[in-house]
Amino acid sequence: MRKVAIVGVGSTEFGELWDKSFRSIFLSAGLSALEDVGIGGKEIEAIYVGNMSGGKFIDQEHIAALIADHSGLAEFGIPAVRVENADASGGSAFRQAYMAVASGIHDIVIAAGIEKVTDANDPMEVLSTAIDQEWERFIGADLPAIYAIIARLHMHRFGTKEEDMAMVAVKNHRNAVHNPRAQFRKEISVEDVMGSPYVAEPLKVLDCAPLSDGASAVILASEEVAKKLCDDPVYIDACTQASDYFSIQNRRDILTFDAVVRASRKAYKIAGIEPKDVDVAEIHDSFTITEILAYEDLGFAKKGEGANLIREGETEIGGKIPVNTSGGLKACGHAVGATGIRQIVDLVLQLRCEAGKRQVNAEKALALNIGGSGATAVVTILSR
Amino acid sequence: MVPRFWRKIKYRYDVVASYCENCGNYYYPQREICPKCRRKGKIKDAKICDEGRVLSYTILDGKCIALVELENGTKMLTEVCGKVEIGSKVRKAFRRYGEESEDGIIYYGTKFVPIESDKKQKA
Repeated sequence: MRKVAIVGVGSTEFGELWDKSFRSIFLSAGLSALEDVGIGGKEIEAIYVGNMSGGKFIDQEHIAALIADHSGLAEFGIPAVRVENADASGGSAFRQAYMAVASGIHDIVIAAGIEKVTDANDPMEVLSTAIDQEWERFIGADLPAIYAIIARLHMHRFGTKEEDMAMVAVKNHRNAVHNPRAQFRKEISVEDVMGSPYVAEPLKVLDCAPLSDGASAVILASEEVAKKLCDDPVYIDACTQASDYFSIQNRRDILTFDAVVRASRKAYKIAGIEPKDVDVAEIHDSFTITEILAYEDLGFAKKGEGANLIREGETEIGGKIPVNTSGGLKACGHAVGATGIRQIVDLVLQLRCEAGKRQVNAEKALALNIGGSGATAVVTILSR
Repeated sequence: MVPRFWRKIKYRYDVVASYCENCGNYYYPQREICPKCRRKGKIKDAKICDEGRVLSYTILDGKCIALVELENGTKMLTEVCGKVEIGSKVRKAFRRYGEESEDGIIYYGTKFVPIESDKKQKA
């Protein structure tokens, strides 16, 4: 296995991109990644693109070949493949790209993620296809309902409060203020969150990430190629993925995402680090409770003590382990299949000291991308 | 949208789980292979108890969606008709789920009801 580096990153703004088409959103992220590394695109040997549901959101499948064409890469006939793992599609596509370069099959590839959700009538209905249609959706549950059931038990068993969850949203909004690509660049208060209507008790509107349009792209290269292309490659120390029982009714303990535990433990081992060595993290906060659970399952806090990190400000910029300096899914936006790649983009900016007012001092960065209610988890550890 | 094979699901109308005779584990919804024993497993139908306790729940559009823990440890995501809290005892009931259209097929299936309110209803 070869060492793999990230040599270029690019991302569109996340949000309601009414005036832009699916293909043009992708192109703008791809071009900015190419521009970042200073290559034209002819060098790219393969495309891996994360996309959850082109079919349901915009009635378009076969999207990898479509965007390869629109990017002008059909001319070179390079392979393009779409990867789908619900909202872990981006992270999963990144891992496929990583493996392609690590194995020696390709020297330089692009890993991207894209979603265009605002053309769909009910985007949350589409996102809820990430849960079991036969045994969860059929009885009336949707994705927020599953997380709400988890949140209520976390509150009951560990004393986590609705205010603690609200503080996650408040932190992520505060971080987004200085992120030029974030959907919600404004601060909110705990009172704002507490006063927002329930979506699925105890989760409220402001506990939930929005569904957004957007695309992100990163260019991966072997160490040898990377050193020729740029002065500041960011290395991929580990990129792991794990699965869990699909539905919460089949999980050992609904308050632990075993996929996150497994993927992260393996990643720490491969990277030769411990949770305490992580300097900055982008965590899949599809709901505020998801970020609190992730603190525990990633080993940043003991099981049941996740809320302490947010109460004590440990995950704020300036805290012990800043989480979601981009604003996270909550405030940067959640362009479903693009999110896993967007997390990598933001961590690369942190490691290159290009994060502006959000900059933290970091050597090791971790990304966690989760699919649906936790049946898929992708963990990536980066270093400069 | 409900897939056509829905009507072919043998136990949509009743709570029937799977039981592995090799390891003694119960599974709900039914499984065709035991994830613990794999090829050595012997999956059989198993009737499971009609009562359980609410492990956790949410209120979604006025409906209570709960994760109910049955006596053998099997967990079941279900709608509960009535007010419950974590730990409330519930029992299964045959209820209407919805219909395909105004003149369409009506879907029925298992929901749960709180045991307390059940007593009051009878009284």
